[in-house]
Amino acid sequence: MPATSLLIYVGGRLVQAVPILFIIILINFGLIHAAPGDPVDFLIGATEATPEYIESLRREFGLDQPLWVQLVTYLGKIAQFDLGYSLRFREPVLSLILGRMPATLLLMGTALLLSSLVGVLLGVIAARRPYSAGDYAATFVSLAGYSMPVFWLGQIMLIVFALQLAWFPTQGMYSLRAPSQGWGRVLDAAHHLVLPALTYSFYHLALIYRLTRVKMQEVMALDFVTTARAKGVAEGRVIYRHALPNAILPVVTVVGLNFGFMLAGSVLTETVFAWPGMGRLLYEAIGARDYPVLMGLFTVLSVMVICANVVTDVVYALIDPRVVYR
Amino acid sequence: MGEPLLSARDLATRLFTDSGTVQAVDGVSLNVGHGEAVALVGESGCGKSMTALSLMRLVRPPGRIVSGEVIFEGRNLLSLSDREMRAVRGGRLAMVFQDPMTFLNPLMRVGEQIVEAVLLHQYLERGKARMAALEALERVGIAAAGNVIDYFPHQLSGGMRQRVLIAMAISSKPALLIADEPTTALDVTIQAQIMRLLAELRRELSTSMLLITHDLGLVAEYCDRVYVMYAGKIVEEGDVCSIFARPRHPYTRALLRSTLSPDKRVEMLESIEGQPPNLITPPSGCRFHPRCVEKLSRCSVEPPPDFAIAPGARARCWLYEEAGCAAAP
Amino acid sequence: MAATHVPAEPTWWRIFSRNRGSVVGALILGALFALAVLAPIFLRFEPSRINVGPSMSPPSLTHPMGTDELGRDVFSRATAGLRVSLTVGFGAATVSTLLGVLVGGLAGFFGRGTDAVLMRLTEVFQVIPRFFLAVLLVAFFGASILNILATIAVLSWPEIARLVRGEFLSLRSRQFVDAARVAGASRMSLIFVEILPNALGPVVVNATLMVGQAMLLEAGLSYLGLGDPTKASLGQMLQEAQQIMRSAWWTTAFPGLLIFLCVLSLNLVGDGLTDILNPRSRER
Repeated sequence: MPATSLLIYVGGRLVQAVPILFIIILINFGLIHAAPGDPVDFLIGATEATPEYIESLRREFGLDQPLWVQLVTYLGKIAQFDLGYSLRFREPVLSLILGRMPATLLLMGTALLLSSLVGVLLGVIAARRPYSAGDYAATFVSLAGYSMPVFWLGQIMLIVFALQLAWFPTQGMYSLRAPSQGWGRVLDAAHHLVLPALTYSFYHLALIYRLTRVKMQEVMALDFVTTARAKGVAEGRVIYRHALPNAILPVVTVVGLNFGFMLAGSVLTETVFAWPGMGRLLYEAIGARDYPVLMGLFTVLSVMVICANVVTDVVYALIDPRVVYR
Repeated sequence: MGEPLLSARDLATRLFTDSGTVQAVDGVSLNVGHGEAVALVGESGCGKSMTALSLMRLVRPPGRIVSGEVIFEGRNLLSLSDREMRAVRGGRLAMVFQDPMTFLNPLMRVGEQIVEAVLLHQYLERGKARMAALEALERVGIAAAGNVIDYFPHQLSGGMRQRVLIAMAISSKPALLIADEPTTALDVTIQAQIMRLLAELRRELSTSMLLITHDLGLVAEYCDRVYVMYAGKIVEEGDVCSIFARPRHPYTRALLRSTLSPDKRVEMLESIEGQPPNLITPPSGCRFHPRCVEKLSRCSVEPPPDFAIAPGARARCWLYEEAGCAAAP
Repeated sequence: MAATHVPAEPTWWRIFSRNRGSVVGALILGALFALAVLAPIFLRFEPSRINVGPSMSPPSLTHPMGTDELGRDVFSRATAGLRVSLTVGFGAATVSTLLGVLVGGLAGFFGRGTDAVLMRLTEVFQVIPRFFLAVLLVAFFGASILNILATIAVLSWPEIARLVRGEFLSLRSRQFVDAARVAGASRMSLIFVEILPNALGPVVVNATLMVGQAMLLEAGLSYLGLGDPTKASLGQMLQEAQQIMRSAWWTTAFPGLLIFLCVLSLNLVGDGLTDILNPRSRER
């Protein structure tokens, strides 16, 4: 795959993302002004603020100016990465959010990786033995998996594994008495990671499993699989080298499309387990009606989704040569 | 002529579907000799593709080969282990398929797909295997094989893709090549090219060929002997000249009456009345009898055995009861 | 090789009932509806009344689902919450389906301008994470049942519109439409009488699944604290349970179970409907 065509492709996707970014900013701006109440309130949040502060905000955002001037001002601020200030947390919004990002990425990354691998593997195995007892059981379990509210599952897991069996800690990322660095700390974090990651993976695993199973069945019936067998290729290689790459393309697409939904799941899971990520921050911000943080989170999370979509497209292009080689 | 290269005896394959059991291949016996080009002719749905798949043991559920034997180079393919069969498939016994677009893996480079075949049947290391693949591509008449070898299937035209499929099949110099409608999905002009290519390859590599087709024109031009198939059974066998000059079975005659040739005018074409039969519940007696214009009363009751009429000429029809001795059906 | 006889077209009930899962799903859904509708008649305790029983007592005959820390009967609250969930779920799905069918049908039929605009719109909605936009909208406009319902509906209709548009595009060039046009049918008639009934199959399936998604969305919003404070909602009950579930597992198990059963049954029914309404997927 020539690197240049790939780069052009990626570049094209990124350029396409710009208008969407604009719309996101527009949404934030629109909400401040369209929602019932004084726009200033939305720039402060539900915390107490001094009259001087309120005045300074009015001037900063030009709230007495015509709307389009305000929009320009607002855009200017965003361009400088100024997402506002949170009175409650006493921190600029952007740095507050970025500080919580690693924890969320750790949780999401681990869970997505594990559940994707396991889901694909189980899906491939199931596709070879359709309509067996194991298949029906797995299908039902996976259906249950994505009918379940993730936060309920989390609570049940908490009750069973952390409270009753005490195998895992009940919240947070580190114990209070954890060592402050080194392997001990890493292991402690890993120990805390297990339950939230498992909870969060369930939905994704179910989805990937179902999809892979269906797609593998479809692909295995395609003609080129017959050609491979006619060449004398062993069944294992037929499945993993010939069929699976073809079957996995739609799976990659779906994972990409679902990323927004996955982020939502992460948020809810973090809340159950008090995992110190962006999700937990969202929960706290909702409770405190901290609008700047809410808007900031919305922006950052949307950007993450856009990035995930671009990454998905790139992965897809890497597998399917028909995208780049026209 | 000696021992035939391939000899199938009483091959039977059934499809076990929800609506019933389809007797797709019902007691088919055929031979292909060394260096011969044999045609298997019939309408769509008569079982000829299924026969080819059965010979290669490529039948997948809900189909299953239920009885018979396939002797190839002295061994019964149906009794080989999976591993032994895989060594034969693509090596000594190869197959070329109908629609090159769907029969090539869209995500794999063309050269890689040929190299895969080479590595499976020849003890070469990667570099040499790639050269063998290049050679195969050149042999099937692809210019600039050095570039094409790294292309993906969607970057090639239909004719070139079919050449690639052929290159894959002949890469290990098979003794027998089964070609299942190799030109049906191609343009008419390309069809001729591909058939000529196949004829050339046959000569160069001394490969025998089993050509599955419904195109009688191709049969006349490229084959030595013909088997005519109807509703899962072989109904006539003979060499190419006598089949066309003196067709024996009523179905063969009807088939020839319904095809164009230079000395026939369009008004003289006749279609065969009726529909191909339901293979789950086939007609009683001779399967062709509902559509046969020469039928006798016996035909609807008893299925006719295979009668040997002359050396190399057989027909499964009650009309020839006195003419020849009945062979095992 | 294939048989040439055609089996008789099975009736929709036959297909549906062949899929045991769908039948079970339909039964569960029916039971839940009955529970939601009939419960107020049989309830002995008001959902929001506190201290109707000892605080945090496990399930018993008087309180089949136990009581929470304020002494409220969990069963009463749960059924009230179930009503909210079902209302929001079906309401949002209905509104967004109607809207989506309308817009998608027009775009698919007239093509060109309307179509291009619609496609841009759906693309935008696909990228922007719905859940977080919902959080934002509800936080800004206030958390009432109506707002939540409207928010979910507004965020869901582009997906349906896209689906309908796709169906219209493939159907409008089919022969039966030409035949009707030649016979003099008006444009409106073509849209509503000829094409729409055929396009509805996948739409109904999608709508069914959408109800479940809407319910999960509503539950998620309530769990985070954006539910309607005047009404008990299942998500909210789970939020309240977060603190006390160590000692009162019933405060989370039952409300969550109700949500789960709703979504599960809807998914099962949706799968069954897929078999009926999508003939392509019928081959097994």
